[in-house]
Amino acid sequence: MIIAKLKPFDEIKEMLEDYRKILVLGCGSCVAVCMAGGEKEAGLLTTQLQMAFELDKSGKTVETITILRQCDREYIEEVKEKLGQYDAILSIACGVGVQFTAEVLDGTKILLPGLNTTFLGATAEPGTWVERCLACGDCVLDETGGVCPVTMCSKSLMNGPCGGHEEGKCEVERTRDCGWVLIYERLKKLNKLDLLKTFKGPKNYGAVKRPDKIIHEAYQPVAVEKEEAKDKK
Amino acid sequence: MSKLSEAIKNKEFVITSEVGPPKGTNMKECLEEAKHFGDKVMAINVTDIQSAVMRIGSLATCIKLKELGYEPIMQMVCRDRNRLSLQSELLNADIFGIENMLCLTGDHQTLGDHPECKGVFDLDSVQLLAAAKGLMAGQDLAGGKLDGSPNFLLGGVVSPGLEPVELQIMKMEKKIQAGAKFIQTQSIFEPEKFRQFMEKVKHINVPIFAGIIILKSVGMARFMNKNVAGVSVPEEMIKEMKATKDKKATGVAIAARIIREIKPYCQGVHIMPLGWADTVPEIIKQAEL
Repeated sequence: MIIAKLKPFDEIKEMLEDYRKILVLGCGSCVAVCMAGGEKEAGLLTTQLQMAFELDKSGKTVETITILRQCDREYIEEVKEKLGQYDAILSIACGVGVQFTAEVLDGTKILLPGLNTTFLGATAEPGTWVERCLACGDCVLDETGGVCPVTMCSKSLMNGPCGGHEEGKCEVERTRDCGWVLIYERLKKLNKLDLLKTFKGPKNYGAVKRPDKIIHEAYQPVAVEKEEAKDKK
Repeated sequence: MSKLSEAIKNKEFVITSEVGPPKGTNMKECLEEAKHFGDKVMAINVTDIQSAVMRIGSLATCIKLKELGYEPIMQMVCRDRNRLSLQSELLNADIFGIENMLCLTGDHQTLGDHPECKGVFDLDSVQLLAAAKGLMAGQDLAGGKLDGSPNFLLGGVVSPGLEPVELQIMKMEKKIQAGAKFIQTQSIFEPEKFRQFMEKVKHINVPIFAGIIILKSVGMARFMNKNVAGVSVPEEMIKEMKATKDKKATGVAIAARIIREIKPYCQGVHIMPLGWADTVPEIIKQAEL
């Protein structure tokens, strides 16, 4: 899932300076799981902002709603009309959600980001999330025992560790595991250390044409028809 | 043919040393360091934005050294350039007559003085060696043909003190397959451990030059033990530095002693004086090289 964290409160408050009627728009998916932008967090942030504005006597109002996914047109459309009532919408979805909501509202309303989107990760333990994928579009996990060198090595090295690791830890931070030592240990357990002996050529960083787009096979004819219809117009 | 290639070909015991380009345009001190090394130093490594601290580039410094009659070993790291720029720089180096090329990963950008910068690492050190080898054969990484190809003696590095050592050896083997004709090591302070490492890599058919760092103080030894991966200065050596009145003389004596002890197991030494360039001839003398 996508992991994000709340921006510093002062930064959020500053962002809202020019607006009176504010909506905090929560997102009920990834950012709800990582306790950054779900219904609960939206409620907390709303209360916090209400209290701050009350103290400032700024006359600003803050309300909140949360939809299931801000990355899905269907859920945004459901509240589109309601969103029209506010001066600004502070979205606490990931960067995808903020942009997609802004896209649906198409310039009728300003969208402000309440979170910093940080990585694609997993829940290591309750309250702890760890990065595991850089979405490179060219997965090599079959060759590295299920440990990603692109993500888990701070330099994304493909042919083994640099000379900076010590006692299994990365030179960037001695509390962080060296990705290549993890790969080595995993492959050793799997009895597949031979996989490390093969030279890995330069990675195809063009595998994802950013910003990329994927159309599922089953939907491709529809997409083609849509394009054709556009051309005819 | 470079002096280094010649020495390797003739199976001579190789001695190299190192300078670091300055931060700023004043090259005086850096170039003067090279003067101190003396005739026995065959070639001089020039670091590439060492420790990720912004400074003069490796190629420019190599050119300056060459103008003064020294033979540089240009270091190239993968941190700051993508494959377009790395390959282009290899061509640049060739037209300025740079003959020795040492390919490394490079320290992570967050450890340097511009920690907010974007690290590149488009290629790793093995892939950089392969790219250089390809250019030498007249072809770039995309398969494009070159009009005139460079010629280098390629080198790589290894850190014998790092665990798991098998992982170090595997990567070193890949470097050699990719075109490395010599290997320089991280600094060695424990001759017996180094001997054991060399025993493990005796199947390697390229010369290995042991890295030697001159101890300058107790603080430096402790700093390296704490912060430099794969380097471990034994406590007895630290005591020796603590007891001495003449740090320079003791630093030299220790470096020379290490060289004397490891000489039988390797094909050369790479002396990193870290500012004490004037000690290099005395180390070489005391090491009986």
